[in-house]
Amino acid sequence: MDKKDLKKRTVTTPDGKKIEVDPMKDYFSQAKPKIHKPGKTVFEKFLDWARAESLWILGFGTGCGAIEMRPLMTPRFDAFRYGIQWRPTPRQSNVFVIAGYLSVKTLKRVIRSYEQMQGPKYVVALGSCTINGGMYWDSYNTINRLDYYLPVDIYIAGCMPRPESLLAGFEELKKLIKQGKGEGANIYAEKFDWYKNNQKQIIKDWDMPDYNW
Amino acid sequence: MKELIKRLEQNFQISNIVWQRENEVFLTVEKTDAVPLITQLNHYESFTHLVIMTAVDWLEAGKFQLTYLLNNNEIKADIGIRVLLDREKAEMKSIHHLWVTAATYQRELHEMFGIDFPGSPRVDEPFILEGWQEIPPYRRDFDTKKYSEKTYFPRPGRSTNDPQEYMKKKLYPEESE
Amino acid sequence: MIDFQPVKILYALFSIFIIFNIGLLIQGIVRKIGARVGKRYGIRFYQPYIDLIKNYSLRTSITHGIMFYLGPVFRLTGGLGVFLFIPIIFGSVYFQNFSFSGDIILVLYFIFFGALGMALGAGEGGHPYSAIGVSRGLAQVTAAEIPLVIAIMGIAIQYQTFSVSEIVAAQQGGIANWTMITNPLLTILGMVAYLGSMMRSPFDVVLAPQEIPIGPPTEYHSTFLGILQTNRSIFPMAKTVLFVNIFFGGATNWFILIIKIFLIYMWSVFVAVVFPRFRVDQSIRWFYKYALPLGAVVIFITTLLF
Repeated sequence: MDKKDLKKRTVTTPDGKKIEVDPMKDYFSQAKPKIHKPGKTVFEKFLDWARAESLWILGFGTGCGAIEMRPLMTPRFDAFRYGIQWRPTPRQSNVFVIAGYLSVKTLKRVIRSYEQMQGPKYVVALGSCTINGGMYWDSYNTINRLDYYLPVDIYIAGCMPRPESLLAGFEELKKLIKQGKGEGANIYAEKFDWYKNNQKQIIKDWDMPDYNW
Repeated sequence: MKELIKRLEQNFQISNIVWQRENEVFLTVEKTDAVPLITQLNHYESFTHLVIMTAVDWLEAGKFQLTYLLNNNEIKADIGIRVLLDREKAEMKSIHHLWVTAATYQRELHEMFGIDFPGSPRVDEPFILEGWQEIPPYRRDFDTKKYSEKTYFPRPGRSTNDPQEYMKKKLYPEESE
Repeated sequence: MIDFQPVKILYALFSIFIIFNIGLLIQGIVRKIGARVGKRYGIRFYQPYIDLIKNYSLRTSITHGIMFYLGPVFRLTGGLGVFLFIPIIFGSVYFQNFSFSGDIILVLYFIFFGALGMALGAGEGGHPYSAIGVSRGLAQVTAAEIPLVIAIMGIAIQYQTFSVSEIVAAQQGGIANWTMITNPLLTILGMVAYLGSMMRSPFDVVLAPQEIPIGPPTEYHSTFLGILQTNRSIFPMAKTVLFVNIFFGGATNWFILIIKIFLIYMWSVFVAVVFPRFRVDQSIRWFYKYALPLGAVVIFITTLLF
C-alpha cells in the first residue's frame, strides 16, 4: 500500500456521491487490546502445560541472531523433539524470537507482527543487543532496550548465543509458562499506553493503527 | 593499463593518480569530468561492472569525496574514480542511466550523507531510515552516541573499557602503574 | 434409511472418536518416522494432541466475517460427511454409520465440499496468500478428482452397485476377491487419485510452508485452526477407509482396519519422501496427461471384462 493511500481524502463513489475516507480510522480497528485474566483452576494448569509443550515460533529473523535459529531445525539440535515448531505466519505462532539487534525499521514490523499474534504469546529476546544494545549500543538506528517496546518473557544473553543456549532458554520459558508466569500479552494490554508512547517516540513516521488486529 | 590512463589524460583533467596495485588505480577528477569519464570507461574500455559507489566525509576540508569503483573483467583491472564535492551544497550528476543499481547507491548516499542526485529514481524516498528528522547520520558532525543516548532509553550501569589500556593493565600490570 | 434408529447416532459418534484418535496418532507416528529417516529424534508421537489442545485453548481470536467462521466448519463437515456415510466395519451392527444404497455418490460430493468451504473462508480472510493458495488448491483438487471419479465409476461398473456395503460384501472370502486382485489397473488409478488428495508431496504445493506461507489457512488461528487440524486428522482417515472398502476388501474388525489404514497411508508417505514437490501447473498437467488416459483405458477394460 502506498503511503498516500493512508491519508484522509474525499473520493467520488461510482454513483457520483462524494464521501470522506479516513483509511486509518475506516479500514482498521482502533480498539485497544483487552486483558484476559487467566483462570486459577487445575484445568488452566493443564492448558498451560499444553501451551508450554507446543511452542510455535514465528519464522521472522529480525537480526543477525536469526542464523542461530536455523541449526535448531537440523538433526544435530533438533528442536522439534521439545515441541518447538516454526510457523510462517504470525496468526498461528505464539513465540516471537527477537534475534539480535533491532533497527527502528525492523521494530515497526516486529510490533505489527507481535500484535497480530494471538495470546497468550511470548517474547524471547536473543543476544545482548536486546538487553542493552550490545555492540550497537551507540548506533543511531538500533534500539537499546527491547523491554521498553515489547513485554519480554526471557532473555538469552550472549553475542551470539549458541543454539544450545537457545534450547536452554526455551526450556526456561516452558518452566515459566507452566508456573503461569507467561502473561506477556496481558502485561502488554495493561501497560498499553506506556508501550505505545515509547514506540511512537522511536518510530517517527507512525503510519499504522495503534493496535494491529 | 598505463596506456589507458595516458589516453584518458588526453581528454580529461586527471589529478592525483594513485597506483594501489598493477591493475588497480585511483584517479581524482573534476566534478564536471566525472560522468563523461565513467561513460567512456563503460562504453569504450569495457569497464562494465560498477563494484561500489560510496562517499567519504572530509569534514575539516569541507568536502565530500565520492568514489566510483569500476571493474573490467576482461583485463582484470579496477579503476577508482574520486570526485570532490562541496560539503555545503553537495550535488552530483546521476549515473543510473549506465547502471540501474546505481540508483540504489544514490538513494542510500542521499539518505546517509545528504548528497543529492537530481533525476535519480526514487532518490527522495526513505531507504533504511524511516522518518529521519536529524541531519544525515553518516555526516561526521552528527554525534551518534549522543543521539542514541537521547533517543533509545539506554540501560544504566554500562561501563566501557578502552581496549588498549585494558589489555595493557591485564597483560603487563607492573608497566601500567 | 427406513429402519433409522436413534442409537445409530451414538455409534457414529463413537466411531468418529476412534477415527479421530487414529488420525492424530498416525500423523504423529508418520512425522516421527520421517524424522528418524532423516536421523533426527523427531517430535513426540503425541505432539499433534498437544498442538490441538493448545490451539483450542488460545485466549484471543479475531474474525474477518461470517464466511471466515464458516470456512473451517464447512471443511470439517466435508471430512465428517465422507466418514459418516461409509460403513466402517463389515458385518458389524454398530459401525455401519449411515450407509445407504447410493452412498458412494454422496461421498464424492463431500470430498469436494470441504475444499469449496475453505475457499470461501480463506477468501474472506483477505490475505493474498490465502487467495493464491485456494486457487491453487481448487485447481489441483479438481484435477485429482477426475481419476477418483473414474475409479469410482469403474467400481460401480464392476460391481453393478453404488452401495459401499455391497461393494465390500462382494469382495469377501479371501484376498483373491479384492478389487486389488480382480481389477489391478483400477486400483492403480484409485491410488493415484488418492495421492492427489492427501496434501503430501509431490502434490502439497497448496499447503507447503516454503512456497507461500502455509496457503489457504494463512489467516486462521486458535480455534479456527484447531477445527482445521481436527479435520486434517479425520478427513484423510475417512478417505483411507473408503479406499479400504472399495479396493482392499474392507475390514471385519478394527485391528484389520487400522493395519490397512496404516499401510495405505504409508503409500502416500513413501511417495512423498521419494518425489519432490510439483508446481501446481505441473501437478495438474500430470493428472491430465497420465491419470486421465489411464482412466479411459481402465474404464474400457472394466466394461469389457465385467
